[in-house]
Amino acid sequence: MYSAPARLRPLEALPWLLAIAVYFAAPSYLPLGAYVFIMILFTLSLDLVVGYGGIVTLGHSAYFGFGAYTAGILAVRLNGDPLLGLAAAALAAGLLGLATGAVILRTRALTLLMLTLAITSIVLEIASSATALTNGSDGLHSVPVDPVLGRFAFDLFGTTAYFYCLAVVLACWTLVRSLVNSPFGAALVGSRENDARMHAIGAPVYARRLQAYSISCALAGMAGALLTQTTQFAGLSTLGFELSGEGLVMLVLGGVGRLYGAFVGPTVYIVARDYLARQTPEYWYMGIGVLLVLIVLFARGGILGLVDVLVNRLRAKRS
Amino acid sequence: MTIALETRRLRKSFGALTVADGIDFSLEGGARHALIGPNGAGKTTLVNLLTGALAPSSGQIYLEGEDVTSLAQAKRVRRGIGRTFQINSLFRSLTVLDNVALAVAERTGAARKLFRPAFSHDEVKDEAHALLGSLGLSDDASRAVRDLAYGKQRLVEIAIALGMRPRVLLLDEPAAGVPSAESHRILEVLAALPPEIAILIIEHDMDLVFRFARRITVLAAGAILMEGSPQEVAHDARVRQVYLGERAHV
Repeated sequence: MYSAPARLRPLEALPWLLAIAVYFAAPSYLPLGAYVFIMILFTLSLDLVVGYGGIVTLGHSAYFGFGAYTAGILAVRLNGDPLLGLAAAALAAGLLGLATGAVILRTRALTLLMLTLAITSIVLEIASSATALTNGSDGLHSVPVDPVLGRFAFDLFGTTAYFYCLAVVLACWTLVRSLVNSPFGAALVGSRENDARMHAIGAPVYARRLQAYSISCALAGMAGALLTQTTQFAGLSTLGFELSGEGLVMLVLGGVGRLYGAFVGPTVYIVARDYLARQTPEYWYMGIGVLLVLIVLFARGGILGLVDVLVNRLRAKRS
Repeated sequence: MTIALETRRLRKSFGALTVADGIDFSLEGGARHALIGPNGAGKTTLVNLLTGALAPSSGQIYLEGEDVTSLAQAKRVRRGIGRTFQINSLFRSLTVLDNVALAVAERTGAARKLFRPAFSHDEVKDEAHALLGSLGLSDDASRAVRDLAYGKQRLVEIAIALGMRPRVLLLDEPAAGVPSAESHRILEVLAALPPEIAILIIEHDMDLVFRFARRITVLAAGAILMEGSPQEVAHDARVRQVYLGERAHV
């Protein structure tokens, strides 16, 4: 905010260096890596509204799924260019966010939470009924995806998908980082901290929240488009309430309102899920549950909050 | 003298309960005006009506002759009505500088900027620092508000309000909860406020009121009981009966 500079710190290069390292060290994990990037983008979009805007939502999958279907339908019916699909998904999900946000952001707290749930249910129902466009519960199969920039075709090993998703996440992270460090981001945090006071200093709180919500929805839509493009499939599960819940769980796991929680949460969650599913195919969900209970009980700020506490203790000991 | 803020037959009721009953009130430009009255007289309600936090049941509010009755709170603020709150209403986890800078950025339009880092908006920070300096808060600029003593938090309330450069400033009990040993500091700050700002202060600390105000309005049961100079108010039998009692000493 105004008190602290937003200069890039060396530590901020870590996620990107790790991403490159994974490419060399674990090439067989590239498809999983691409999925992690997609969830990072989705969680990043959630962090903008939940962490910075203080808008708690259980309906963000509506925009993720809307983006996924937009990219899928566009590719099936008109043009399979991935960047075009990505842009169309961002625009469509952003506009849906603007239209729905204009209604639901007039409410607060539990009412707002219920309305976000209602929106995801409505969008799911529409997608399920509009079989001519969406193929109903079967989903859109074999979505054609052209090579990225006309050169990099999506391959069996997932290399293109991996770097394509990484590049999109990098671009979106740059955007979100500058947003949350800008005066706009400061004002957004202001309305999260004290709504009444923001009104009293003449801030157009509703308009700001709507603006942030729409941007976040556009990002969620892009994450959905990435999923369609990398899996060549768009199904109703992208619109389900479970995905919204999962996104929130990942955000809480990583740390809410700290930008990098959206990187840590999905990575830990998906890697843990992958690992646990191999160890105990029947009970892997229990492991995730235990992890979450531990985080909520002992690390209220998520994994990054825990790191903060440990670093502060170390510093205190040294001094 | 020009009229900065004026109400005509302003009325607010919640069901059968009338909390503002046809109030005709005017605040002159550059006024140092106090609003006093017993608890429940409707003082904070009047401030909420003036700022737009509450919508009146009937009547009008004029800011420098312009009808602002139907304007939303944020729009009234942008036209020059600032306020502080009876109970601190701050951004507690943010620094003192951030608290004030948020208000300054709203006024200057910097708050609409999406990409340039807030930290690099020197014009906002410089103004916020200057304001904090004028209130003796420079040393606390980088501390979180929640770590400040209560009296200083009350000053941050005033600093935020000044960050909006109001033409009319409504101070809702600025010394509430402040130990009496520190209330002189609040009075010093109030006395040093720019003379062109019209100030309406609600306060129970009569010592502060009689030192600060040049005109006093007494509110009782949602209606104006009387208005006059501090001497007139102090010697009014009705005011003594409903509010001042033995406390009147001027």
